[in-house]
Amino acid sequence: MSLFAKKLVAVIAAVLVVGALITLYIADWATSFPKEIAASTAPANSEGANLTLETVASAGPKYSPRHPDWVSYLVRRGGQWVRSTDYTVPANSVVHVTLYQFDGASGLRNPFLAQVQGTVGGTEVVDGKAVNSIDPEEASHTFVVPELGVFVPLPGVPEEAKNQCEFAPCEGSAHRTITFSFHTGGKGRFRWQCFVPCAAGWFLGNGGPMQTLGYMDGFIDVV
Amino acid sequence: MNEPNHARRFGAIWLVATVIATPLVILLLAPILPPGKSTEQAAGQATDNTVLLGMATPVLLLVVIYLIYSTIYFRQARGAVLEGPAIRGDARLQTTWIVITSLLVLSLASYGTVRLLSDNGAGSGSGPSPLTVPKGPKLPVQVIGQQWAFTYRYPTYGGVEVPHLVLPEGETIELHVTSIDVIHSFWARQLAVKADANPQIDNIAFVKATHLGTFEVRCAELCGIWHGEMFDHGRVVTMPEFETWIHQAQATYAPATKLLPPYSTTYLPKPSRRAE
Repeated sequence: MSLFAKKLVAVIAAVLVVGALITLYIADWATSFPKEIAASTAPANSEGANLTLETVASAGPKYSPRHPDWVSYLVRRGGQWVRSTDYTVPANSVVHVTLYQFDGASGLRNPFLAQVQGTVGGTEVVDGKAVNSIDPEEASHTFVVPELGVFVPLPGVPEEAKNQCEFAPCEGSAHRTITFSFHTGGKGRFRWQCFVPCAAGWFLGNGGPMQTLGYMDGFIDVV
Repeated sequence: MNEPNHARRFGAIWLVATVIATPLVILLLAPILPPGKSTEQAAGQATDNTVLLGMATPVLLLVVIYLIYSTIYFRQARGAVLEGPAIRGDARLQTTWIVITSLLVLSLASYGTVRLLSDNGAGSGSGPSPLTVPKGPKLPVQVIGQQWAFTYRYPTYGGVEVPHLVLPEGETIELHVTSIDVIHSFWARQLAVKADANPQIDNIAFVKATHLGTFEVRCAELCGIWHGEMFDHGRVVTMPEFETWIHQAQATYAPATKLLPPYSTTYLPKPSRRAE
């Protein structure tokens, strides 16, 4: 093999190795998702699946050692709260969501999102009362799946409420209980997110946990 | 051995290739290029792309054929160590080259400017005070960018806001594009509309749909973690269908409409209680 051919082979090999490393790095980054949590099977007298969530002002060191002060969603699995924002639900069924809201109000930048949309009956039940919208100023978070047309605003815990939760777990603390149901339709992977700029201390409230998968946004896997 | 007249031979090859390729490119390739012809602006852009292709094809052929020709006829023989003769310049060649390329660039710049003005921005965002405005009635529609979705407001229909864009066929639409947080870019490829959505800026673009159907809406400005998911589908419908749809939307989104601020070309939402 001539010297030129050897050099050529060496350059091609080096390019391939570097390319493979870059590809692996990107692939690892692109496929690093939070744990997937399957919705539990609904009781026999109802159809669909149940998904139990909670929102907390601070995830705390137990659920988020690196960012204990970040706002977050948690999901109930096997009787335990888990910090994950990737949920699996069955296709062509109704998902019944129960959400315990432990966080205070931040306010919506776009009041349009204060109307409940895409749920069964076009309403959510807040502390036992069915409503089709909330006061935009009182919004703490939202649970929105844009591709499914599901928009659910979540009112915050009043500032004057006693026993406010500092960080998760928040059992026994002041909270709002919100329930709603939505149809899943066909299979697919759908992004969901919070539309309230609720990231404390970040520019426009939209940094940190709003820009990091696993806190205030994730995926609904309809299977 | 006598050296052939390379200039003449190369010129003949280029001329033949240009005469064959340019009509083929214009007739076969140009019609299938995006953005199609579903709006007046898209059709205008398709015409512009055809003109550009027609002018670029001879230039591209010149470069590619020269490269290939040089590789074949002017390559250094194996083992040769001598350099070629020094070329000190050729005033006639350089002048010809500079004049032709200048004419090409200046004519394209003139053509582009005329088309941009005559097409009222050609579907692009023209800022709050466009230099030219289409004649006749216009339907204003506001595009609001936010992390991470576009919503749309119809000021002449009670200011109703909706999550999907629906436009009537055959009507001139005056899009008012803005943002309530960071910089986004409203891009509806099939409509041939692309306009930056900047906070506190009313960026106006005009479009007139000439075909019924659906179109994609995407954000074309990297705007955060879900930028790639910031897409949507819109529809172009007949005017009667639009009237029916907008009245249904007014009823459906009545609870939200009551909560909205009065229509404005831009919005400055109160800072979040948690923001810096």
